[in-house]
Amino acid sequence: MKVTVAAEKCVAAGQCVLLAPQVFDQREEDGVVVLLDATPGPELHDAVRESAMVCPAAAIHVAE
Amino acid sequence: MHRIIVVGASVGGLSVAEALRRAGHEGTITLVGDEPRMPYDRPPLSKQLLSGQWTPSRLALRPEADIRALGLDLRLGVPASALDLARQVVTLADDTRVPFDALVVATGVRARQLPGTEGVTGVHTLRSLPDALALRDRLRPGRRLVIVGAGFVGAEVAATACGLGVRVTLLESGPLPLALAVGEEAGRFLTSLHQQHGVHIHTHATVAEIVHTDGTVAGVRLADGTLVPADDVLVAIGSTPNTEWLAGSGLADRDGVGCDQYCAAADGVYGVGDVARWHNPLFGTAMRVEHRTNAAEQGLAVARNLLAPGARRPFAPVPYFWSDQYDTRFQAYGCLRDHDEALVLDAASADRRLLVAYRKDDRLVGVLAAGTSPKILRAWRALVAARTPWAAALNHSTAA
Repeated sequence: MKVTVAAEKCVAAGQCVLLAPQVFDQREEDGVVVLLDATPGPELHDAVRESAMVCPAAAIHVAE
Repeated sequence: MHRIIVVGASVGGLSVAEALRRAGHEGTITLVGDEPRMPYDRPPLSKQLLSGQWTPSRLALRPEADIRALGLDLRLGVPASALDLARQVVTLADDTRVPFDALVVATGVRARQLPGTEGVTGVHTLRSLPDALALRDRLRPGRRLVIVGAGFVGAEVAATACGLGVRVTLLESGPLPLALAVGEEAGRFLTSLHQQHGVHIHTHATVAEIVHTDGTVAGVRLADGTLVPADDVLVAIGSTPNTEWLAGSGLADRDGVGCDQYCAAADGVYGVGDVARWHNPLFGTAMRVEHRTNAAEQGLAVARNLLAPGARRPFAPVPYFWSDQYDTRFQAYGCLRDHDEALVLDAASADRRLLVAYRKDDRLVGVLAAGTSPKILRAWRALVAARTPWAAALNHSTAA
């Protein structure tokens, strides 16, 4: 799995951090997404897919 | 459960379809959309699209190839016109009949209109991409835009139009913009933010009529006789659930499709997104949430419940929304409407900083913030999710 984020689309909702804190974080100053792990392990795949699906800015893309 | 029809192809409907496939559903998924285009995102319509910063292609919810890969029976540009619940058939506007084993209603809402303004040039509502493009083409420096309704849509358009050099007037029927939804202090904060940018705000403004000559808008006449001149008028007075096609099914009333805590409206029928009023057990009340994030989360929850009827889970989210106005981003977690108290914990208009906690009975039910660190905001969200008593929540905030 390869994860990419479009930081310029991010609206800082933080839903991804709630679902997969090992993979996503937010910048302290404006809450914009920070990708911690672009190739997360299989145990995180479900949480990452769900993050991509609920991201309110469609800013997370997952290539399987 | 072989044939599932999802009526509504915006974020809620797409989220259901996507989650069904991810969960391994191999049967037919028919996705019906009234607009003749691939699913797109609506929040940027009042902001990046209207400002001209983004082109329509950036609104795509998913790359087209990803949607094709879902193997959907995609019916775009053909709204559903009727439901026969007993026979389990949806009829589309082109008279096609689609039989189903399970139905998801995700038809959303439409913008309310002011009666008598249909076909008048320069009168707009904002819900769809064509609406936004039509408004964008009219916004030019020096032109006068009057916005009827100072809710979040009206306020966001005011900010965007202001940035384009348009002269903007916001009309609010109450004493303060958004005061019913977010409380008086937050309403004053918003007022001040818009006034600093040169927006005129008329409060206690009741619209008597939209004045037009030869089919082109000229202004808005208020109940006290004042004429507010306008080159364009945006009507932003809320929305109406799209449920006419459900007439006779008993599933819908004026406030959408009534659903239980699993988002089920009937046996094998679920509601998703803006159109669905469901019982949220976290707050112990029925709610209908017209926000982008909720539609996606609810779509996921409904797909799970559809595929595991024996192991359904209640949908109990902490609703979230955000609103970008000028350089300020407002974010809210929880259920702000119908609060008993809105307590301002921090407000610095000059620094664009705001933090308001909302109480209902003796419990923290929501928080609204601007300029707050994401860690602090997530901590507040956790307090709402944990049904924290009001006093304990406030202790937490002084400790933080």
